[in-house]
Amino acid sequence: MTGTAQAIAVTDLHKRFGPLEVLKGVSLTARQGDVIAIIGGSGSGKSTFLRCINMLELPSAGRVSIHGEEIRMKSDGHGGLMPADRKQVQRIRTQLGMVFQSFNLWQHMTILQNVIEVPVHVLGKSKAEAIDTAETLLRRVGLYEKRDAYPAFLSGGQQQRAAIARALAIQPLVMLFDEPTSALDPELVGEVLSVIGDLAREKRTMILVTHEMKFARDVANHIVFLHNGVIEEQGSPEAIFGAPRSERLKKFISSIH
Amino acid sequence: MTNETTHALAFTPEDLPKGENFLKPHRIVLILFAAGLIVAIGVLMRWDWLPRYLPRLGWGILVSMMMLFTTSILGFLLAVPLGLVQVTGPWYLKGLAKIFCTVIRGTPLLLQLWLLYYGLGSLFPQFPAIRHSFLWPYLREAWPYGVAALTISFAAYEGEVMRGAFAGVPAGELEAARAYGMSRWSMFRRIWLPRAVHRALPTLNGETVLQLKSTPLVATITVVDVYAVISKVRQETYLTYEPLLLLALIYLCLTGILVVAFRYFENRIPTRGA
Repeated sequence: MTGTAQAIAVTDLHKRFGPLEVLKGVSLTARQGDVIAIIGGSGSGKSTFLRCINMLELPSAGRVSIHGEEIRMKSDGHGGLMPADRKQVQRIRTQLGMVFQSFNLWQHMTILQNVIEVPVHVLGKSKAEAIDTAETLLRRVGLYEKRDAYPAFLSGGQQQRAAIARALAIQPLVMLFDEPTSALDPELVGEVLSVIGDLAREKRTMILVTHEMKFARDVANHIVFLHNGVIEEQGSPEAIFGAPRSERLKKFISSIH
Repeated sequence: MTNETTHALAFTPEDLPKGENFLKPHRIVLILFAAGLIVAIGVLMRWDWLPRYLPRLGWGILVSMMMLFTTSILGFLLAVPLGLVQVTGPWYLKGLAKIFCTVIRGTPLLLQLWLLYYGLGSLFPQFPAIRHSFLWPYLREAWPYGVAALTISFAAYEGEVMRGAFAGVPAGELEAARAYGMSRWSMFRRIWLPRAVHRALPTLNGETVLQLKSTPLVATITVVDVYAVISKVRQETYLTYEPLLLLALIYLCLTGILVVAFRYFENRIPTRGA
């Protein structure tokens, strides 16, 4: 692991949906430069865990710190937690670049407008500066020519690359990927993975929930296997894929190969 | 791009055949028939009254347009909160908005107009406070009651349209706004509202045309709009068809302008065709 500064620290996270406990005490620390892949079967809680980091899902118990700053929580009166200070959550969210399974580009804006929206209207950057950055990013993900197109006219792969550019435009401390290739046609998966792979190679801190095992093995320096809301096993890609210890992980790996 | 954009109405000017394709035998026959009809209307019917009434007609058209624009804009401004609280508001606001929309949509506009004008309008003078307020010069007139009734009606119908439009914006797009640290207000202003309005535009287009055709009702409470002017023409000249045909033409032209204007706004953001 390179770098020592702590980017994300999650401690003993619980999440209940009614009687169902989806996360049963998950802790995870990401240092700067870490590329952490979270794998696991469907219903293992891996997406919920990722969404708790930026409070899109409110954890029922546990602590989340971003860059050493803990998100202050208070009781919501129903046995769960809610942010004590909404402004703090909003500020912290601008340090987390989230990429969704279904892209979630804003359909009434062009690709360029999507990418400059948050820098201009949330971070208060000047429009000229934001456009400058956005065009560089769009060139990087290979969408410069499509900057004035509306999302509906792009393929899934192009939309996801645009969504990655939108996330990068806020210059996030950590990138969060929530199954970024699961909604794509098989032939479009490669172009998105290659963009994410480039980001991993330049040591950008990221947490990646994925079904692409080979990809996780190639780009991640740490793999977390989640099962039934607990971390069943974690370690280096070599350890996880080469010498899995738990029965469930062995089963999981053999089921997807 | 044009082929991929969707249109609210089946017929649009772009659908007309171009150039040499246009003059097919069946079309020539229809064109001649229409031309004959127009000539017949011009020659066989009486139009000598028209120049005398032109200034009043112009004023009447202006009054109708003002009625349409003020009530559509005010009504839409009311419709946004009415739609929003039904999607996301607390139960009591939700209930109030629901009741308002149901009652207004469930009763005739003419009835509402008369209740306001003859009911409220005759109650107001009994209160000295109202008689001495700065509003009294306006409340003595008929048009504020017309504006109020048409605004309330438009708000109720569009409140339902906006409820659907707000609810139809994909949750993921709002979630993305939250995930990037937008406040509730910026999320509403930058994402939710423009997205909903864009989705609702084709419906709003049709509803605004309907609103235009509701404006003649204000003639029943003595507001002199274009319909009232035409009624006057009929009374004074004892003509029936000529003024009514002209009135039909005027409303057709106004509708055409509305449709083209809305089309322009719809096409500013192309939508992927089905």
